Amino acid sequence: MANKATVILDRAGIGRALTRIAHEVLEKNKGIDDLVLVGIRTGGDHLAAQLRESIREIEKEELPLGAVDVTMYRDDLSSRGSLPMGKTDIPFALDGKKVILVDDVLYTGRTIRAAMDALIDFGRPRAIQLAVLIDRGHRELPIRADYVGRNVPTSREEQVRVEFDEARLPLEVLLEKP
Amino acid sequence: MSFPHKHILGIEHLSREDIELILDTAESFKEVNRRDIKKVPTLRGKTVINLFYEASTRTRTSFEIAGKRMSADTINISASASSVVKGETLEDTARNIEAMNPDIIVMRHSASGAPHYLAQRLTGCSIINAGDGAHEHPSQALLDLFTIREHKGRIEGLTVAIVGDIAHSRVVRSNIYALNKMGAKVRVAGPGTMIPPGIERLGVEVFHDIEEAIRGVDVVMMLRIQLERQGNTLLPTLREYSRFFGLNTENIKLAREDAIVMHPGPMNRGVEISSYVADGLQNVILEQVENGVAVRMALLYLLAGGEEKL
Repeated sequence: MANKATVILDRAGIGRALTRIAHEVLEKNKGIDDLVLVGIRTGGDHLAAQLRESIREIEKEELPLGAVDVTMYRDDLSSRGSLPMGKTDIPFALDGKKVILVDDVLYTGRTIRAAMDALIDFGRPRAIQLAVLIDRGHRELPIRADYVGRNVPTSREEQVRVEFDEARLPLEVLLEKP
Repeated sequence: MSFPHKHILGIEHLSREDIELILDTAESFKEVNRRDIKKVPTLRGKTVINLFYEASTRTRTSFEIAGKRMSADTINISASASSVVKGETLEDTARNIEAMNPDIIVMRHSASGAPHYLAQRLTGCSIINAGDGAHEHPSQALLDLFTIREHKGRIEGLTVAIVGDIAHSRVVRSNIYALNKMGAKVRVAGPGTMIPPGIERLGVEVFHDIEEAIRGVDVVMMLRIQLERQGNTLLPTLREYSRFFGLNTENIKLAREDAIVMHPGPMNRGVEISSYVADGLQNVILEQVENGVAVRMALLYLLAGGEEKL
């Protein structure tokens, strides 16, 4: 299938968006106290690592970084079957922390719902804030992002993909038309 | 990419890719078992029935915990406390259970092939073989593979010695299939009365001496002498068995220095394994039990998905 793909954000654009999000996170939370980063596999975890890097450049300190796989918390086991499962790795306590949940593309909101359920099984965070690189609309749940790299109006037939290189650094964001 | 089987009746019919998917999925579930809150909503609304026609603590508890930690409703039926004692046939019992719409039946039976028989007759639910006669015990072999992979980082290229009653062990048959499919070399050893003729055809090397069998191996897997069954008729005395085929602090030195010692349990201390070895640094016996829950979670998860299955 020859899909028509256009680059809507390149490497430099992604870098600028993450730097801006880093500043917004620090401004909103008045520093880095009690902040932790958790990325959603796969994609969000790589972006969370980059966001940690951006915050380190500003604050000279490294935030705790975790990753969550939401497959166990999906609501479509009966319709989509048993999808391959990744590993959840949150090597720190979440109680009383402000969690910045990071994902690559915000779409229906169902992944975020699943991720929040997963986080709450690990403890009682003081707050969960959501950071996404792309918000493409079409929400099916009452969920919104606190930090958005770029809003991209799409149709449901289109696909938005964030590509990473071998070092898991973000390469570009593609919009594919059917 | 979804799991292509409706039932898990044995290792024989699984491919290497199937086994790798099960082990990888189990790795994800292992993390859940170490959380403070050991429960995920994955199988919410699914019903798992443990139908056990034979005594079992480990396997039944393991499947029950696996189901509960994924929020499935698990119900245990043991034959001794059911209508079976009133004369109901296996098929009737199963059809009655099926009429209550469970999603998965986990079954242990003393007759080889009993789960296969039900799998052909029941249409509505998946069946997992939790041990059928002397045939197969797939979840045990899978948790053994998982434990080996965790310790050795791989299975391909390893040499595994299985020592004990090779003829009457379902654990052996499943493990031979599983280890061969994953590219390991398998040796079996035991007294002549406990080695079935023609076992070489399954792709194993036969030894009649434990020392030769375990020399240089990466994994030593000891089997339980089934005192309640063959212990009396196939062996002159248990002491003799222990002397020639028991694993002890002396002969264990013949295996590789970093070899691990496994046992599917329950152990007969002082018979097939000395207490020193059973409690020694090389043993991974309790890890096998811990990993058993994760592997069974993976099996339940992979069968519970709603896609069309072959």
